Amino acid sequence: KLCICCICLGLYNNKNRKEKRKTKMASGQQWVLVEMVQAFYEAPAYHLILEGILILWIIRLLFSKTYKLQETNKLTEKEKEELIEEWQPDPLVPLVSKDHPSLSYDIVTGPPSHKIIINGKECINFASFNFLGLLDNDRVKQKALTSLKTYGVGTCGPRGFYGTFDVHLELESRLAKFMKTEEAIIYSYGFATIASAIPAYSKRGDIVFVDEAACFSIQKGLQASRSVIKYFKHNDMEDLDRLLKEQQLEDHKNPRKAKVTRRFIVVEGLYMNTADICPLPELVKMKYKYKVRIFLEESLSFGVLGEHGRGVTEHFGVNIDDIDLISANMENAIASIGGFCCGRSFVIDHQRLSGQGYCFSASLPPMLAAAAIEALDIMEEDPDIFTVLREKCTSVYHALQGTSGLKLVGVPLSPSLHLQLERSSGSRDTDQRTLRRIVDYVSLREVALTIARYLEKEERYLPPPTIRVLVTVEQTDEEIQKAVSCIKEAALAVIS
Amino acid sequence: MTESSSNKLLNGDACQRSSKDKKSGKNGFVKNHCLFQQPQKYRRPREKNHNVVRNPSLYNKPFVESYEETPLLVAVLTYMGYGILTIFGYLRDFMRHWNIEKCSVARERDEQKDFVPLYQDFENFYTRNLYTRIRDNWNRPLCGVPGSKMDIVEQVSHDYNRTFQNTGKIMRDVINMGSYNYLGFAENVGQCADAAIQVTEKYGSGVCGTRCEMGNLDIHQEMEELVARFLGVESALTFGMGFATNSMNIPALAGKGCLILSDELNHASLVLGARLSGSTIRVFKHNNMVSLEKLLRDAIVHGQPRTHRPWKKLLIVVEGIYSMEGSIVRLPEVIALKKRYKAFLYLDEAHSIGALGPNGKGVVDYFGLDPKDVDIMMGTFTKSFGAAGGYIGGKRELIQYLRSHSHSAVYATSMPPPVAQQIITSMTTIMGEDGTSLGADRLRQLSENTTYFRRKLREMGFIIYGNDDSPVVPMMLYMPAKIGAFGREMLKRNIGTVVVGFPATPIIESRARFCVSAAHTRETLDVVRGVRGVSGPLVRPLCSTPLFNTPFTRGIGAP
Repeated sequence: KLCICCICLGLYNNKNRKEKRKTKMASGQQWVLVEMVQAFYEAPAYHLILEGILILWIIRLLFSKTYKLQETNKLTEKEKEELIEEWQPDPLVPLVSKDHPSLSYDIVTGPPSHKIIINGKECINFASFNFLGLLDNDRVKQKALTSLKTYGVGTCGPRGFYGTFDVHLELESRLAKFMKTEEAIIYSYGFATIASAIPAYSKRGDIVFVDEAACFSIQKGLQASRSVIKYFKHNDMEDLDRLLKEQQLEDHKNPRKAKVTRRFIVVEGLYMNTADICPLPELVKMKYKYKVRIFLEESLSFGVLGEHGRGVTEHFGVNIDDIDLISANMENAIASIGGFCCGRSFVIDHQRLSGQGYCFSASLPPMLAAAAIEALDIMEEDPDIFTVLREKCTSVYHALQGTSGLKLVGVPLSPSLHLQLERSSGSRDTDQRTLRRIVDYVSLREVALTIARYLEKEERYLPPPTIRVLVTVEQTDEEIQKAVSCIKEAALAVIS
Repeated sequence: MTESSSNKLLNGDACQRSSKDKKSGKNGFVKNHCLFQQPQKYRRPREKNHNVVRNPSLYNKPFVESYEETPLLVAVLTYMGYGILTIFGYLRDFMRHWNIEKCSVARERDEQKDFVPLYQDFENFYTRNLYTRIRDNWNRPLCGVPGSKMDIVEQVSHDYNRTFQNTGKIMRDVINMGSYNYLGFAENVGQCADAAIQVTEKYGSGVCGTRCEMGNLDIHQEMEELVARFLGVESALTFGMGFATNSMNIPALAGKGCLILSDELNHASLVLGARLSGSTIRVFKHNNMVSLEKLLRDAIVHGQPRTHRPWKKLLIVVEGIYSMEGSIVRLPEVIALKKRYKAFLYLDEAHSIGALGPNGKGVVDYFGLDPKDVDIMMGTFTKSFGAAGGYIGGKRELIQYLRSHSHSAVYATSMPPPVAQQIITSMTTIMGEDGTSLGADRLRQLSENTTYFRRKLREMGFIIYGNDDSPVVPMMLYMPAKIGAFGREMLKRNIGTVVVGFPATPIIESRARFCVSAAHTRETLDVVRGVRGVSGPLVRPLCSTPLFNTPFTRGIGAP
């Protein structure tokens, strides 16, 4: 096709030159144009017609498509029908095997507080995240009831459309005050908090450095943000440093792009999956060295670590303003429902229009907000509760050391510990069944434990199967003793 | 729009006939293959909604939906309005930049001034210069039940809507046209509240565990059995948040190699869920079955892009009632298409469950269809039930799979017991299982209120969108300046409504939205109407008069 074009152009130019030669002899350069027009008038009609056709042909060639794929390959309606008849979709969901652990939930009758009735049997609860024992605290209950009698249960609307209640505003300002930050924002679901907060700031093209042991809601938030995600080894600051250095080199190559690429480090305070604490002071150093913002997920550490329960910042004595955003849920220590983010107004306020889980979801039922306010009151009035919790955690941690066949994962301060098989059989299913047998054995002796559950195919860094041991302030020393000896006994009986 | 609904029906019918004639003459063979006809050529391109497809035999009742086209003059004026606002926005940004105007916006920490800016300047232009001006229309704090009337904390702003301070006064008995309290179950007295109080006393308010671990209470089991019975499905699963029900379950149902066909006006949670699933997403025009069918055919015929392998599954995602349009999904046609093309159907009944149908069982009940034809029945408890959370109902295998693979079933804390109890009580009331006719009364009241309110607004000449049976009533305002003015004037007259503009709606289609509730009495609705009359000349909502345009009404009728 190009060839033809060239030939055409050649012909055309030839002709022009001929015309020019004719006229050039008579006059100077400035007359060329006029004379060309004159030549045009003088040219014979067949010549002009030929030329016109040539021009039209060139235009046609330029604008026509080289291949007419659709035309040649077009399916007839009949063929299409056959294809539609022929196509068979996969089933909507694959069959789940009958013995999948999720199909036989343990049924809890009554409240899952200190004493819990599982499948009709009363046990001491080592399986709920009720660290401060606020779940069936009378004060919290009364506050929730009063609120229920004023507001009813539901809010019937998102925050924007008459779903904001005075209790929500009160809870937000109380949380901000408790955490000593400028502003706080509450979400109606713990899982949605960090999962909405991350994509509100980090967009396509931005870079997020994440600890690979980060919990599932962080992973979902990252996925929703569509940013570039770089995982560093769990709690390994050298690895993070290496990634940040690499990024710095990259930035030098392309400074214009670097100027608009936001960078974030996302870490958990106390890790859900590994029960250890992030090295926050080092992270803050990195932050200023490489100019990266830090998002901290404190669902487990809020109301647990630190002298006043303010979480990992207080634990390390890090200035809370050095952390750009702190997110936590109110479903563990606070024993209510929902989550919150706090930080400087400059950062937090943005979520009120950009946090999807905030804007598009119904707001938190007022009674749950009221319960959370009362829980904050209790935490502020009596900071000793955190000392008690720390002591219990440490004693459980030390008592569980040296269980034969089981390895304790976590740090002494963590109220959420993991017991993992010392020697894995190599098959996840078998391991899980072994652990399940331990849990069943222990529950016969009136101690409630649970296996940590994960979506095995979806987790980015799947932890080995573990039993969760959750410590609360309500557990007495005798009960802890009893639970520990039960676990040791069970491990002996089941594993060996 | 001054004709009555019967007129519109005729109008729709006439429209139908002419289109059929035209169709068969032109290329009749398409008709043999496609369930629904191709769009008509004579339609004007600026139409919002190509609602012409019809298959009367599928409907057991008239299906009347109207969308008036935005009149040209209004559209021009609206764009001019935005133009002026934008110019002033730039002017003020310029003044702020040179410190002529005091900048009251929160700033970055001094220590972090040399970081990459957290927000691009243009990202917040709209918020800074347009939204802030009328920010007082949203987030108005309530201090009581969001029932038929509500108490609003009066607020005032001294810094041009950046912050609000309470004046200490409370605006009492504001008529609530904003909450999604369709059946009026948002109450602090009565049997629902009593039951919730008892449960709170017994269980407390939290759970502190996930369903898979130690948060599966007996009350949850009871609730799920009831929900399954209510929906008429084999099994059901409930979640603590409606938004998360969508965003965290769609990824469990579709994945790479699957195609999600999503209505263009689907809720953000559905969009997020589809995006998180990693499937390919294609969007069809709102409630337009021709567009949907074309996508379905193309998908099966052409397979996946680039690899040309056939799709693993096709998942159609639609909502029952669209909350900004007030339209009802053309479910009979969607089901016909789904069966013909072997696709799966995900129906989000967030607004329709409880609010539609003779038994309050949502859009399936409304059309008299079989719930088994819908593969995934999703809905929320926030609206009609006055609680919180969401559910998914369907075949037993589906629910079993979700129990073990849904993100929220595995990782999220389960529903708080008082909320679960609220759902149980309100649902048994709707089903009449409490031995009273209270539920039936509410359903009847809602449907009467809807008809009455929509008719009254129409008679007054306002442009109303949506289906005649939908309790969501959007009234068009069009111009950005009217959003704020309308919301404020209504509040002055003790009526709380929702006003929305871009980006929740297309840029020229700002609107006010009324949500009718069974808790409203005819008197409250009359008050709304009366006051509308007063605020009419002041705010001057656009009347559909021949002066502005020839009303263009669409609707379809079935015998």
